[in-house]
Amino acid sequence: MCDGPAVTADGGRPGADGSQPGGGDRHGRKQRGGRQRSGEKQLVPEATFRSYYGRPVIKETVWGPDIPSYLFLGGLAGASSTLAAGAHLTGRPELARALKCGAAGAISLSMAALVHDLGRPTRFVNMLRVLKVTSPMSVGTWILSGYTPLALTAAASAVTRKLPKAGQAATIAAGLLGPAVASYTAVLLGDTAAPAWHEAHRELPFLFAGSAATAAGGLGMLAVRPGRAGQAIRFAVLGAAGEIAAKSLLLQRLGPAAEPYQTGRAGQLMDISEVLTSTGLAVAVLAGRSRAGAALAGLTLMAASALTRFGVFEAGRASARDPKYTIVPQRERRQDVSPES
Amino acid sequence: MRTTSSETKTNQTEPGTAPAGRPGLDPAAAAGYSDHPPRMGFFTDTSVCIGCKACEVACKEWNNVPEDGLVLTGMSYDNTADLTASTWRHVAFIEQPASDGDGDLRWLMASNVCKHCSEAGCLDVCPTGALMRTEFGTVVVQDDICNGCGYCVSACPFGVIGRSETDGGAHKCTLCYDRLGDGLMPACAKACPTESIQFGPLDELRERAQQRVDVLHAAGESRAQLYGADPADGIGGAGAMFLLLDDPEVYGLPPDPVVTTRDLPRMWRLAATAAGSLLAAAVVACATGRQ
Repeated sequence: MCDGPAVTADGGRPGADGSQPGGGDRHGRKQRGGRQRSGEKQLVPEATFRSYYGRPVIKETVWGPDIPSYLFLGGLAGASSTLAAGAHLTGRPELARALKCGAAGAISLSMAALVHDLGRPTRFVNMLRVLKVTSPMSVGTWILSGYTPLALTAAASAVTRKLPKAGQAATIAAGLLGPAVASYTAVLLGDTAAPAWHEAHRELPFLFAGSAATAAGGLGMLAVRPGRAGQAIRFAVLGAAGEIAAKSLLLQRLGPAAEPYQTGRAGQLMDISEVLTSTGLAVAVLAGRSRAGAALAGLTLMAASALTRFGVFEAGRASARDPKYTIVPQRERRQDVSPES
Repeated sequence: MRTTSSETKTNQTEPGTAPAGRPGLDPAAAAGYSDHPPRMGFFTDTSVCIGCKACEVACKEWNNVPEDGLVLTGMSYDNTADLTASTWRHVAFIEQPASDGDGDLRWLMASNVCKHCSEAGCLDVCPTGALMRTEFGTVVVQDDICNGCGYCVSACPFGVIGRSETDGGAHKCTLCYDRLGDGLMPACAKACPTESIQFGPLDELRERAQQRVDVLHAAGESRAQLYGADPADGIGGAGAMFLLLDDPEVYGLPPDPVVTTRDLPRMWRLAATAAGSLLAAAVVACATGRQ
């Protein structure tokens, strides 16, 4: 391949990650998918490609664990508000109250996490200078600015039993805004250069909406007596079904960008999440009539939802770290569109 | 250039005319500047770069960018490694076998910089408006507004912009906005001893770049290629283009970057559908069953 020690300088790992050193010659090209992998179980054909010393092309996100925590808590809050509105309007005050309190708590923690993650937290208010539809974070800020006071009002009214009319109006409005809170975060991740996030932009909204419903249903099962949690159980089942369907679609459709969801830390998190989702549903069906069984099922489903968000977050990070996910698809695209002149 | 008949539109894209809905070559006009100077940019001709790093130093000096520490990377003579919040010019060093195959090496050196994209992902996703388009068509961060959310870092398809560990804000090349305002050229271009970094109106640079790549092709350097010079590419053409002597990925550049926000309308539609499904699931859960 390369002759002379200098040309193999590739951050010390030539070939270890499939990448050829920047100075490598040209016969180490990626094998084009399809032709050479018949009968192989490999998810992605072994990619050989050229890079600059195996270094990433794009930057890994600077967001810390605050952000996946928020993805979970925001989803929990939004879906809880929606279910709470349904429970409220169909005469289940106990379930509605628990969900409103859960939503208020989750969104408060979310706001704290979001401000804490900023490089300059004291300037969080600068988010309110503009409204930009090209920035999912800006749109999300305004959604949260509308939603949060409503969720807090709904909870305060439910707990104090004061101002029931205002409480009902806030409950309904928060319930209508809740799905936006739970879904826009998928656009937040999809609208980046991280291959595992961007390439998943079709499936992530459904994965996140499903995951949010799973968590909110779980919260309902945890918070009220089993006899009164029927709506929460049904919501969780629908959410889990959506989550599982969206995830399998994502893995099928993404091609090489699906790999970060199946390997490493992200793969582990996604796997555990899947096991917890089915365990939670099974426990709900088999032992859901006992207080302890329902609570355990609820907690399990909430944990599953949280792990899904951390898994997706980690997949995006991993896909930005490894240059192969950036370079290989772009190189193929470039050759397909305009053969080298 | 302002008025184009439908006949001339079928010709090559002219400077100043943008394809429908895209800022094209005149992003300043698309950003709302009615009377603005011509779009200014860089043409970095890597075929004459000698790897002196004067651009890196001049940039740091002029812009008062903090040092990155003294670290040896083991990557040839490149101990800068990357464009970051505190590195706005980065000289890449590549040692590879010469094409004649007799065991000789050839050096590739290239000074990388922010591309000042016509369709800039960092600017699109910035939630505070800290990132803005200047009258010169360049993209700059307003440091007094940036709150360090870090979204731009993930949106840049080139890995250019970074968030500072020191002050928490996002930073990148400004194309020396302050110098441009006074009619001066950016510090890196001024310091470049071989005119590898050329600064000027983008129209002129594009012509010059094409002439140069033609010369190199005629001289037998068949791998010479322009990068970022095509307004039809995934970022609407760059405000900082390059002449490369090998494929972009060899220099750490993405081979075919596409700004992430091109898919944003579809993302919003799908998110709205998902939100509607969530609402429907709640209705179903609440309206069915006895409990």
